[in-house]
Amino acid sequence: MQLAKVIGDVVVTRKDDALHGIRLMVLQPLAPDGSAIGRTLVAVDAIGAGVGETVFFVRGKEASFPFYPTEVPTDAGIVGIVDQVDVPRT
Amino acid sequence: MQIARVVGTVVATQKHAKFTGAKLLLVQPVDLNDKPRGTPLLAVDSVGAGVHEKVLVVIEGRAAGEALGRKAAPVDAAIIGIVDHVDAQE
Repeated sequence: MQLAKVIGDVVVTRKDDALHGIRLMVLQPLAPDGSAIGRTLVAVDAIGAGVGETVFFVRGKEASFPFYPTEVPTDAGIVGIVDQVDVPRT
Repeated sequence: MQIARVVGTVVATQKHAKFTGAKLLLVQPVDLNDKPRGTPLLAVDSVGAGVHEKVLVVIEGRAAGEALGRKAAPVDAAIIGIVDHVDAQE
């Protein structure tokens, strides 16, 4: 999984039937210090996250598990909203 | 599997039900010389690892789900061991 900030959402009218009713969010992956790292991506939302929130997301087929038995065609999904990140200094 | 260093902890109240009771740790993959390699990621902990420890991480959905001991869990990374030492030559 990775930390990310939800920076937007995507509206897609014509799409795979299994994606109906599922929100698609734009994520910016974050480093432990909260800075942006890597490329933005689109992820399905299994948890009800909103724009501006810090979340964690899972990559791969496992991103579709929250929607089981519907087989959602996705490779990334939000699975939690982050309350707090604690990174002690070394 | 990858060798990584635990760099922090993450608290999330609102998350997918399969994460209930699971510990989430931020890990930074490292090379054989203990230098950071690649982007940090979030892994579920199945062995009781702590911050600053060197650990063994699986970065694959099925393996991570098995480490967590829950079927169809939306996870893609898990800590499966604490490294005592690595004996290798490059």
